[in-house]
Amino acid sequence: MSGIYEALAKIVGEKYVSNRMEEKYFYSRDQGLTEPCKPDYIVLPKTVDEVQAIVKLACKEKIPIVVRGAGLALTGLVRPLKGGIVLDLKRMDKILEVNEKSRYAIIEAGVTTGKLKAYLEHYHPSLRFSIPDAPPSATVAGNVVIHGQGRLTQQYGFNSDMVCGLEVVLPCGDVCRIGSCSISPYWFSKGPPLPDLSGLFLGWFGTTGIITKIGIKLYPNKKIRDVEIFVTDDENLVPDIIARITYTEIVEDVNVWTQPYPLIYRGIHHITAYVTGDSEEEIEFKKKMVIDSVRDYIKRKEGGFIFLTPDIKPVLLEMPQSSLTRFADVKRGGGFQYAGPIIPIEKYPEAYRRMVEVAEKYKTTWAIASRVIGRGHCMMFGFSFPFSRIDPSDMERVKKALHECDLIALELGGVPWKAEIPAQQEILKRMDQNTRKLIGQIKKLLDPYGIMNPGNWEVD
Amino acid sequence: MCFIFRLSFDADTCLACPSFDCLVKCQYLDLGFAEARREIRKIISGEDSPVLHSCKTCYACEEYCRYGNHPFYLIVERQEEKQILPAPRPIIKRWIQTGELTGKEPEIKPVKEPVISLCFFPQLVPLIQGKLFEGLSIICGRHVFCNVVYLHFGKPSVIKERVPVIIENIVKYGVKELICFHDECYGLFKSLAPAYGIKVPFKPIHLFEYLYNKLREYEKMIKPLNFKVAYQRNCSTRLTPDKEHFVDDIFELIGVKRVERKYDRENALCCAGIIKELGYPELSEELQRKNVEDMKKADAEYVVFNCPACYFTLAEKVKRLGMKPILMSELCKLAIGEKPVLF
Repeated sequence: MSGIYEALAKIVGEKYVSNRMEEKYFYSRDQGLTEPCKPDYIVLPKTVDEVQAIVKLACKEKIPIVVRGAGLALTGLVRPLKGGIVLDLKRMDKILEVNEKSRYAIIEAGVTTGKLKAYLEHYHPSLRFSIPDAPPSATVAGNVVIHGQGRLTQQYGFNSDMVCGLEVVLPCGDVCRIGSCSISPYWFSKGPPLPDLSGLFLGWFGTTGIITKIGIKLYPNKKIRDVEIFVTDDENLVPDIIARITYTEIVEDVNVWTQPYPLIYRGIHHITAYVTGDSEEEIEFKKKMVIDSVRDYIKRKEGGFIFLTPDIKPVLLEMPQSSLTRFADVKRGGGFQYAGPIIPIEKYPEAYRRMVEVAEKYKTTWAIASRVIGRGHCMMFGFSFPFSRIDPSDMERVKKALHECDLIALELGGVPWKAEIPAQQEILKRMDQNTRKLIGQIKKLLDPYGIMNPGNWEVD
Repeated sequence: MCFIFRLSFDADTCLACPSFDCLVKCQYLDLGFAEARREIRKIISGEDSPVLHSCKTCYACEEYCRYGNHPFYLIVERQEEKQILPAPRPIIKRWIQTGELTGKEPEIKPVKEPVISLCFFPQLVPLIQGKLFEGLSIICGRHVFCNVVYLHFGKPSVIKERVPVIIENIVKYGVKELICFHDECYGLFKSLAPAYGIKVPFKPIHLFEYLYNKLREYEKMIKPLNFKVAYQRNCSTRLTPDKEHFVDDIFELIGVKRVERKYDRENALCCAGIIKELGYPELSEELQRKNVEDMKKADAEYVVFNCPACYFTLAEKVKRLGMKPILMSELCKLAIGEKPVLF
């Protein structure tokens, strides 16, 4: 691979390519528990032309190429398993257009959720997007590529469902536009009424192409947000409570959470329902509908709304919710990872019971933070374990516990989310064989040399 | 251990009552004299009564009873005996877990007197500063948590079980006198514990009495504030209404005018935070709205709180109507030219 460094430097400039140890160290890992894998080169392109040139070079030299946003998935999806080039998209961070009337933004793939949020707040305060509860350095593109979820997920589905167009550099180096933007200057749809090709790139973890631009749908940003928390101590009631609250069709976001510490939370399932409105009247009306939806449970003394003091509300209303990160250091060793399978909502009680058993088996503390997806169509069941990075046995224990949670999710009819390699293999093992074959055929067709994030979604 | 402590309640005194004010005056029940008499008889004889199911646990009947006969404690006892849940089960469970004494026992060593207890409100620690609180030792935490809140949830057994441990912990600090920042702590030591025959081997001092005496020490520093204030009484003041005069005494000393309003003094409305948790979210909203609108209508500039929980519950609503919420301790600091701590 002699001359690769020089060739990359020629494309992006000396300053934006590296094969130094410190960068290799940094780009070999994410904050999760997977083993590090060092790249040979790190490159930070600025333009789609540069991305094209890098891909063409990688294709010619048969060098693996792994695209990276902020690298926050925690499941090691952007580790270069077979070495090669890590392509960091941070410099491609322009917000290209906001269409207020058709409510979408066109952004480069390195734009972070923090940047887009700040931009909209400043220039288009009546619009918002579905902010995930990830650090603001997470990229919008990275989040949709892993089928992330956010604050508007209960209303509009996975964040990837809110994509309205893509620009992709294919493994051969061609640039391809997906959706209405392939025939029109308007990015209003990622597929319909055309054949929907976006599915060739969303959820593939960069194994079929490199997304360089993305159209993302924007939604009305109401002036007021408020929150109510309904609690129950019976996990069996949670699916019906979710069904009732989502039936109202007036809540913004629905989360379910529980944890053993502090003691106040032990054995209590908190169903957090957010409402938005442009006036106090609208908020009150919506809150009343939420209350009405679960009134039977209150009457039967099986659940109730807790009083939220003004010091708690801002914590809950913050986007993204930074308090979640406190859990990451609960063991004073700075680490946490979660299994976040997407499960049918009716499986919440069993998932809860079984994953608590796993935590007990591996003698580790835990927290559940789940988010309802769509109008109660499914949920991300986030089961988190903190770990101490200075204790390898603790890390090993959590790793095993997480894998067991993935297996439980599959057993319950769910699907591990942003699955790491062992979980991907478990998914593929159980998948309908023709579907698996189709995945293999698509990959082979788009990436005949197997250079795109190799090791992920490997059918053979 | 909780079975040792029995409520001191005189049924004869109660049945001979000429008014049954405890239920007749109740802001949430609509009972005339005859109905009140009927229901209190049922409660005394251990029968079921709608009162046990509809009680909003505002504690006010403790004040309405002119004989100090503890009608509210009786209601709560009966609720527990009959397993009537005043609030949804998970809400009660949550609260009970909050004050659970688990894990390692705290290491308690004698502290220098005078001592102030902040109950289980660590967020109040920054308030204990300035001339009014100079030289005080602070005790605070779950191990000194008064647990009185379980009166709202029909769980006197939890109180009776935990309170002796709490008292023992306080004694371990070498306390002879205890200034209670939290009104409910004072209510525990002066009303609830004696009602159940639980010995309190130290002298509790109400925060307002303490503040009043301190202000007298610094009287020369006081500059009349000339504010119009509304006062928010909290539920536990109903347990020791004899201390309420200190509100007016302090206001007079620091030169503030307590506005005349509908929901004050005996007719005060509670902050309604708990009422939401009891399963009445709309009633809670309505009470809060009525209360703060009443304050506004009376032209109050400041709303003075005794209880930190009431403050947290109502502060936002008070601010929204253009008034300023403030704890009594902080208002007193203002009067002697010190900067108050505002949440």
